[in-house]
Amino acid sequence: MKQKSIFIAAAALLILVFVGGALLYQKQQTEQAAQLAKQNMAALVRMDAPSFGNADAPVHIVEFFDPACGTCREFYPMVKALMAEHPGKIRLSLRYAPFHRGSDAVVKVLEAARKQGKFEATLEALFSRQDAWVQNHTANAQLIGPLLAPLGMDLVQLQNDANAPEVATLIARDLADAKTLNVTMTPEYFVNGKPLPQFGFAELKQLVDDALANSK
Amino acid sequence: MMGNTNTAWLLVFSAWLVAAVATLGALFMSEIMGFAPCVLCWYQRIFMFPLVLILALGLFPFDPKVLRYALPLATMGLLVAGFHVLLTVGVIPETLAPCRDGIPCKALQIEWFGFVTIPLLSFFAFLALNLLLISAYLKTSK
Repeated sequence: MKQKSIFIAAAALLILVFVGGALLYQKQQTEQAAQLAKQNMAALVRMDAPSFGNADAPVHIVEFFDPACGTCREFYPMVKALMAEHPGKIRLSLRYAPFHRGSDAVVKVLEAARKQGKFEATLEALFSRQDAWVQNHTANAQLIGPLLAPLGMDLVQLQNDANAPEVATLIARDLADAKTLNVTMTPEYFVNGKPLPQFGFAELKQLVDDALANSK
Repeated sequence: MMGNTNTAWLLVFSAWLVAAVATLGALFMSEIMGFAPCVLCWYQRIFMFPLVLILALGLFPFDPKVLRYALPLATMGLLVAGFHVLLTVGVIPETLAPCRDGIPCKALQIEWFGFVTIPLLSFFAFLALNLLLISAYLKTSK
């Protein structure tokens, strides 16, 4: 009987310490990330990053993303739907964090497509058939050709623009910014400079709702 | 006789505590702090995690046979952890280790007081487990 109580007390104590520690650690991390974003606003908000929605919107979401990342693909339509729910109120800026192998080559094509005004169409085409060009966590830019064909872009120009040194510089800058802000996973969202307390769409929606309420 | 059984129970209970702390610690580092476990870490986890359940089941009702099932796991874990520690301090060249892709086993995520690393913590946990389980075995086999 006594042995059983010792065991149960010990098990309960261990679980309590684990859960308490986890909550404390997460809180600390969120505070640190918020502090980091506050001190590095310049690294977070870049005027030349591709963006959607009203440029003067009261709520500005900055997303670090990788076109080869499956969760980024899943979240993209959900964020778009959230923006549609509040027309003119939300602006979404996309920052590149090509963490997957081979993904930087695909980001270069995205940037080149932006020059032809086809950023959104290209991104959506890439997301819609992500399984065709991302295999085993490795992106293969050679395989995206058929997805781009129906978009009516000048493919020679696209190739030239993708290889321009400015594009490589832009990607390097975005990656450096991600490092500055301690972004290690994609997608990572900041809503008016605030990081998610914990990863999840509900958390993102909550931050957006708070920002919307504050802007009124 | 009764005294011996009681001591053995306490020894197995202590071993369970070590295994539970090590398991929760490992889960904390990978799930909460976000350190990805390297290949060698996974082998140590394979030998550590089941001990939490096996030892707990052996405690109620106390079954000395649990040592038969737990000791091989603890011994294998000690060997892997020992190998990992030798790798991190550089006695074994990294080319011999089974880390081909992803996280190098030689990379150190934490270094408390300049020498306490995760593989070293794992090694001491397995060492404690072996000592506790062997003494429990000696107590019950008398």
